[in-house]
Amino acid sequence: MRVALMVTCVNDAMFPGTGQAVVRLLRRLGVEVDFPQAQTCCGQPMVNTGYLDEAVPAVRSFVRAFEGYDAVVTPSGSCAGSARHQHRLVAARSGDSGLAAAVAEISPRTYELTEFLVDVLGVTDVGAYFPHTVTYHPTCHSLRMLGVGDRPRRLLEQVRGLRLVDLPQAEECCGFGGTFALKNADTSVAMGSDKARHVRETGAEVLVAGDNSCLMHIGGVLGRGRSGVRVMHLAEVLAATEESVPAGAGPIA
Amino acid sequence: MTGTFVGMPAFPAAARGALADTQLRHNLAHATSTIRAKRAAVVGEVADWEDLRLAGAAVKERALRSLGDDLVRLEGALTARGAVVHWARDAAEANRIVVDIARAHAVDEVVKVKSMLTQEIGLNEALAEQGIAAWETDLAELIVQLGGDLPSHILVPAIHRNRAEIREIFRRRMGEVGRPAPEDLTDEPAVLAAAAREHLREKFLRATMAVSGANFAVADSGTLVVVESEGNGRMCLTLPEVLVSIVGIEKVVPTWAELDPLLRLLPRSSTGERMNPYTSTWTGVTPGDGPQEVHVVLLDNGRTRALADETGRQALRCIRCSACLNVCPVYERVGGHAYGSVYPGPIGAILNPLLKGTGDPQTDSLPYASSLCGACFEACPVRIDIPEVLVHLRAQVVDGHRDDRAPKPEALAFRAAGWALGDERRLGRIERLSGLAGRVLRRGGRAPVLRRVPGPGGAWTDARDLPAPPAESFRAWWRRTGGGRRR
Repeated sequence: MRVALMVTCVNDAMFPGTGQAVVRLLRRLGVEVDFPQAQTCCGQPMVNTGYLDEAVPAVRSFVRAFEGYDAVVTPSGSCAGSARHQHRLVAARSGDSGLAAAVAEISPRTYELTEFLVDVLGVTDVGAYFPHTVTYHPTCHSLRMLGVGDRPRRLLEQVRGLRLVDLPQAEECCGFGGTFALKNADTSVAMGSDKARHVRETGAEVLVAGDNSCLMHIGGVLGRGRSGVRVMHLAEVLAATEESVPAGAGPIA
Repeated sequence: MTGTFVGMPAFPAAARGALADTQLRHNLAHATSTIRAKRAAVVGEVADWEDLRLAGAAVKERALRSLGDDLVRLEGALTARGAVVHWARDAAEANRIVVDIARAHAVDEVVKVKSMLTQEIGLNEALAEQGIAAWETDLAELIVQLGGDLPSHILVPAIHRNRAEIREIFRRRMGEVGRPAPEDLTDEPAVLAAAAREHLREKFLRATMAVSGANFAVADSGTLVVVESEGNGRMCLTLPEVLVSIVGIEKVVPTWAELDPLLRLLPRSSTGERMNPYTSTWTGVTPGDGPQEVHVVLLDNGRTRALADETGRQALRCIRCSACLNVCPVYERVGGHAYGSVYPGPIGAILNPLLKGTGDPQTDSLPYASSLCGACFEACPVRIDIPEVLVHLRAQVVDGHRDDRAPKPEALAFRAAGWALGDERRLGRIERLSGLAGRVLRRGGRAPVLRRVPGPGGAWTDARDLPAPPAESFRAWWRRTGGGRRR
């Protein structure tokens, strides 16, 4: 099986540790991943702001990078959702039937990390060790666009040393929403503050989710309040072992 | 006596004001979480809820496809049963028709069944201009009307008010327009409802003309359907001599049998009840029973425009249950007024641009008033994919500015991003620059967090920290280490 890592632009530029964690984790499970250099961004920031023409080059890059792979794995529910549900819109807009055909071919083989682990590899115990109290936020696109369901939870429950506590109103959006976070910053922050409050109510040391963009937002609110709760991508928790427990802060202190 | 949505600022500015209203935030959080829990409980009881949603969506979809034929059949059936059918292209035509009917009967007041459509067209204001008072008889609409307020929710238009505020409105205003509130009025819900009942009763018994909307119109039989909870609708539909019903053309269903899934979906989705307390149906005039003069105004007001939009037309399936409002995290925090329309929340964010067309700054801000979290689509009983339509309308807004002489900074930024993301080498060069910035920012062991950044990024750091970029991108790390195999 030829497996490619779609690291996503946000992880590439801002959170390389998450991409590195996916590589370590999959290697430990016997899967050798490629990182096709031609990849850039899934195009979602443009599509969701209304700039369809501007998303075409990104979708072309996506197709160029991932054609021919059996599976494309990404540590982002949102970007997997974009590839699976939005690329056809962009391709249709481009008027290029070749692009539309390539998109139709690759889209169904694009997996969010927990889907790949549970459905394709058939594992829930990935041999991780993470001795911390953790709460999990199911990000909207992983939950409602992809329907990852309880896969992340099942993976977390098997992590040795980890104590998982329930997040109140977990399924409510954190308020990130891509450019929504800037265009409607006040509303976005109001939503983020409520999410941060629920996180603090749990008493967890670490907030875990499958999308660093949402974590950047919630973590940004938690950090501004000097709350002492760190945020961490699920991949980094699953990659951790007794030999390599990540030290100190996650993406945001 | 009523306010107006005309001249409302675009959503982000309106939302800023609403977010600062702490009483509003508290009232909304309490009310939406109560309705959400009720809805979840009664939806959970229905084993085949997802099938029911599919059936409801299919009925409305089919009806929209045969709309032209069904409207003509509806007109025929209504006329055969003694109703007078009027066609109205827009709000002004519809209002004129109602005013003319009122004048013909020399009435100076009408009682009203709760109707979104009459609010959409500003009927009360149009009647007031002609010296005709329109009395809202739904409890929440009465609160809004007495308070000189604007509705902020489709189902519970006074959702932004709490009991104490309602008591004050009743005490101060009821006496100005009819029977005053009793001296010993408390803020107990039952006491408030009893005061409203006494106040409204004299209006029901006096009025000779009523105005309603309709939840559904059955083309086959010419039957109109109104569902409600309080019985005020039943009073308006049966007591007066003259009844005028204004019906949006998308309310048509071809046959009586097709009401089945819709009447099961609506109460559970809207009030969180298994069945609504009152379902009134009437077919033209029944001699000696109920109104003896029945008018039906079939109104377009932008619906054919929405119908012509292949992605957007699904919004016309909407049965005005307001489930999408109650689950929306944006609506829950800003309330309905910020949307600047009688249709707030997720459905308002798509319905307003679809009915009015894009191009006006306030309307154009609505499709962006969403984090695209998808909770609305999940709750919608007729499966309107609201996030899909929001994204579609955002593209329409952007496309409307493609020929601008001076493109907005945002447009230029996305053009640049599109260019950079078309080639990984361009992206790699940008990442090397950000890596350099990251190294500078992290120098001297300072915390790798930005508290404040200039430019548009300031909207982020006003209330949120931002991590400093890492010294090395993933792409650069992969190259340098051969995918992590070398140090």
